[in-house]
Formats: sequence, structure tokens, C-alpha cells
Amino acid sequence: MPGAPLLVVEDLKTHFFTRRGITKAVDGVSFTLDAGETLALVGESGSGKSVTCLSLVRLVPEPAGRIVGGRVLFDGEDLLQKSPAQMRRVRGKRIAMVLQDPMTSLNPALTIGGQVSEVVRLHQSLHGAPLRERVLEALRRLRISAPVTRLRQYAHQCSGGMRQRVTSAIALSCEPRLLIADEPTTSLDVTIQAQYLDLLKEVQAAAGVAVILVTHDFGIVAANADRVAVMYAGKIVEMGTTLQIFNNPRHPYTQALLRCLPDAGRQRQQLVEIGGQPPDLTRLPPGCPFAPRCPERRPICEQTYPPAVFAEDGHVAHCWVAAPAGTPA
Amino acid sequence: MLLQGIGLKKHFPTGSGFALGGARGSIKALDGVSVQVAEGETLGIVGESGSGKTTLARLFLLLERPTAGSLLFDGKDVQTFGRDDFARYRRSVQAVFQDPYSSLNPRMRVEHIVAEPLPPDNGMDRAAIRARVGEVLELVGLRPDSTALYPHEFSGGQRQRIAIARALVTYPKLIILDEPVSALDVSIRAQILNLLKHLQDTLGLAYVMISHDLAAARYLATRLAVMYAGKLVETGECDAVYGEPLHPYTEALLSAALPLHPSTPRHRIVLSGEVPNPANPPAGCRFHPRCPRAMPQCASEEPEWREVRAGRFAACHLY
Repeated sequence: MPGAPLLVVEDLKTHFFTRRGITKAVDGVSFTLDAGETLALVGESGSGKSVTCLSLVRLVPEPAGRIVGGRVLFDGEDLLQKSPAQMRRVRGKRIAMVLQDPMTSLNPALTIGGQVSEVVRLHQSLHGAPLRERVLEALRRLRISAPVTRLRQYAHQCSGGMRQRVTSAIALSCEPRLLIADEPTTSLDVTIQAQYLDLLKEVQAAAGVAVILVTHDFGIVAANADRVAVMYAGKIVEMGTTLQIFNNPRHPYTQALLRCLPDAGRQRQQLVEIGGQPPDLTRLPPGCPFAPRCPERRPICEQTYPPAVFAEDGHVAHCWVAAPAGTPA
Repeated sequence: MLLQGIGLKKHFPTGSGFALGGARGSIKALDGVSVQVAEGETLGIVGESGSGKTTLARLFLLLERPTAGSLLFDGKDVQTFGRDDFARYRRSVQAVFQDPYSSLNPRMRVEHIVAEPLPPDNGMDRAAIRARVGEVLELVGLRPDSTALYPHEFSGGQRQRIAIARALVTYPKLIILDEPVSALDVSIRAQILNLLKHLQDTLGLAYVMISHDLAAARYLATRLAVMYAGKLVETGECDAVYGEPLHPYTEALLSAALPLHPSTPRHRIVLSGEVPNPANPPAGCRFHPRCPRAMPQCASEEPEWREVRAGRFAACHLY
């Protein structure tokens, strides 16, 4: 299907059923992603970014968590309708993931070579010399030094940056169409983080893979994303291109987030605070979840969830205040 | 000078622990660091993992003894301390750690957590202790009726406020902040940074702030010390170091911090290679294998630590 987006997520809902009640971790998330594009999912802990990603590949921890509604169209196929066996053929091959902490996502008892070849063997049915060649190619693509010796090494013998390159080599070894990177650099040092992000960008451009980049760091967003979705309490409250979000944030939450960040490039000044605490997901208010902390709160905000407001081409915010005057309430 | 470290070294032996004299080598976590903290100032210590910044903090908190070098508090060497001196030191130097989920005892009520640093023979009766606890809780912006609650009843930002209240209870002069906002959500970081700033302004505290977050360090620090592989590479006034870094490592570290706007131009210096192994650091300048401006002598001669410009110290052959 030429022209159609690679991924369409429509009204995705993932809830967790606990003794304390229903936690609406993801509550009506919709977005699209084109081939080769990078979408950043930004938000604080508990905003639903990671659960959104896990829902896309159907890895929500069951039975507590369940996808209760929505559609996930990947290349025109609804992933939520697939059988577990069909999903296993999608995961790792067409959709790959890189997680935050490479020390826990790598198996400490298997060699690097063993772990990379596992994926290639499963999805590409390669064996012997072609398999080895393919594995070495995957390692070289991520500029892993001395790949032949690395094959026999274990995760603990590699540095943090090297480990994250190994997990990325595994993820990209089968040439996926979509890479989900969940806080890939949070456990890395700043200079190594810059190295890794540049490398990822380069590999992404060469392979034409689309990336969903989960992060809480606006610096990473500014440097790497084409589009940004800001999440709060299980909902996307604002979405637009990176420039739209940075230059003209419409949602008070996005505005506050951008204002409260200390900037290494500027001299010290008083930081603008966001008052209050992140919301309790089991007891969300009926209206806008950000209303209790919002400086521009109006009576309607506490009663009804705001509809989408279009600021300009592709720039959407869910906010009563951002709505132009005269919009029917 | 409130606190002064002179040539501090901390080496951890490696190798077999059984045979006497069988130690094969040592990890030089800290290898000759001299820093000072004046009253009321904030010394920011930045560096990557393995640079020795946490080891330095542990020496300041007397949790480790230095292998060599000395630590002076109000001009008096810690090694000559008697019992009273130690008690005074522990009251004057307090700490706030990174993760408020693991630094607070989940089985203690807030009032006991906060009162715990008070020495048992402090001459305060229960009412006085309770009043002091209420006072510091108010200082950090918590409701006085939170004293009967347990840590799990608070969010991350509130827990870090409890940790700060605990540090304040003994009227300290210096607080060691080890990554005080790294574990917190973005929207909460500003609250805690502003609180720390406000407390410093009103109480005249000195801080040593250890951070890998250059933006947070810039917000609080008045002076900056940059560490690499167990050594200081540069110190100076914070704004001067950010404005014009002298050491190539400082320059690369600052350039690696991502600007907060997509159209801000970046002068990126991407370092190749990895942080060196502290058990076997490179000869000469420890940064030379990754340094974009390395010269032949950098591989053999260790650069001298000296005042390159007024108030600016660096260890680099370029100067």
C-alpha cells in the first residue's frame, strides 16, 4: 500500500486489573507512523509510554494487564487479531525492541554470538557459515569493535555502551520495519549517549527503519525525533512535529514541561515549577487528568475530557484552554 | 575553607583475597584529588561513571578511609580527630542520596526517619525533638502531620523532601548531594532544585553536588570540578567553565549535553572509545587515547595540575 502509514494505532486501551481497582495505563491512544520516521513518546513515569510500546507487540504482562480496546494496524494487518504464534513471527523480525538496561535484556549466561545468532537463526533460517557471516555483519553495522572476538564474549565483559550496541545489533539483525527503543540511553553516560544516538540515527537512515523513541529527556527529542507525542496519565495530550512542539506548545502541560527544565546552555535562573504530583491512575478525575495541576484550569476542565484541537497541520492538542475562542463546549 | 581534600587517593585492592600479599593490583578509584569547599558555596562534581565522583563523596562522608592524602575540616585533619570532633563532623556534614525509594527505611515513620541523625546524647527531650522535626518538615514544604506516615505513602518528590529534611535536622554546614534529582520525574526535578536553592539561600548551607546531569549541576553549582578516570581534569567558577572549557574532556562533555531546542546549533565533539579501565589506566594523561587534541607527550608524561588562569585549574599539556 503506497502512501499508507506503516503503523496506525487507533484508540488503544490497555488496563490493569488490580485489587485497588482498574488502572487505565493506556487510555485511548491514537497515532500514526510513516516508514523511516522517528516518533518520540515523551512523558513522566506512569504516563503510559512503556505500556503503549508493550501493547504494540502484545507483551503486556497478563493476566493483570489486558488490551481492552483499539486497533494496531501494522502494514495493514491488525496485530491485536493475531494468534500468539503469528505474533512471535512479527516480534524480532518486523518489529524489534531495544530496552533501557542492556545488562538485564542480555542473557548473562550466553555469549554475544549466541544471542545474536538466536534471532537470525529463528527468523531467517540460516545455519553454519552464512549465519556466522550474518551475525558478524549485524555487529559491524553497529560499529562493534573486534566483532570476531566479541562473538565469544559475555555481556559482563562489555562496557555499558557496547552492551547497548549489542542489543541494537540483535534488534536490527533481521532488518525490521519498526524499532521500538524504550529509554535506550538512560543507563548510559553522556558522552556514550551522544555516540549511541548518532550511530542509531545513521543506521536508521541507512536501513529506512521507523523508530518509536520513548524518553523523558527533551534534549534527546530535540536531537532525534521527527514528531513528538506528549503523554500524560495514559493519554496523548499533544502531538506534532518536533519544531511545532518546541516552538509553539499548545497544551499547558507541554508548556510547563519545557519551561521547568534546567538548560546547560543557559545561566542559572529560577526554574518554573509544575505544582502538585503526578496523578493516581486508579482515581483519575472525570475531566482532563492534568486539570488539578494546571495553572489555566477552567470549570469545564474538571468535568469533560477536552476534544482534539488542531493548531496547524498535524499539530493536535487535547485542551479546553488551547481551543480557539468560540468553540462549543 | 570548610572542607579541604589534599591529594586524596583511594585504591581498592583486586585479585585473590586469601594469600597474604597476594593482591595483584588495585583499582585506582581516586588517584590524587585536591578540592576544597568554602562555606555557603556549591561545588558541582561532574564526570561519567567510573570517574571517582561517588568515591570522593564517600571519603567526604567518612564512609571510606583514603589510601593517601588528607581531609581537613575547618582546618583540622580528620586523622587527628577525637571522639567529639567526629560527632561534630557528622552533625555538620550530611548527605542526600539519589534514590529516595531505597534511602528511606520503609519500616520507620517519617518522624523517626527525620530525627535519626540527632545524636542520642543531644540533650533534647521528646517534645524538643518533635518540634525540631516539625520545623525541618516545614522547611522542605511537607505538612507537619506527615510525621506519623510511612515512606510508601509519599510520591518520589515528597520522599526526596523527607531525605532533605533528615539531612537538615542536625543544623549542618555542608550537605553532600549525590545525584539528588536523577531518580525523579522531570516535572518534580524543578521543585527539588528550587527547594535546594532556597534552603541554601536562607540557611547558608554549602553543597557538594555530584551529578552527571550537566544542566542540573549548572543550576545549583557555583564552582565546578570535572573528573575523569579518578583524577580532576579541571576546576573553576561554574559559569567560566561552561562558557570557556579549558580541558578537551570538559569541552567534549559539555558538547555532549543535548540542547533543549531542535534549532539550537550544536558544536558536537563526539568522543571515540570508552572510559578507561581504572585497574589499568593509560599512561601519561588518562584522557589521551580519546582526546581529539592529543600530542606526543600526552602518551608519556602525566600533565601537571596547575593554575592555568586566575581561578582556573586544569591538568593538560595544552597549557
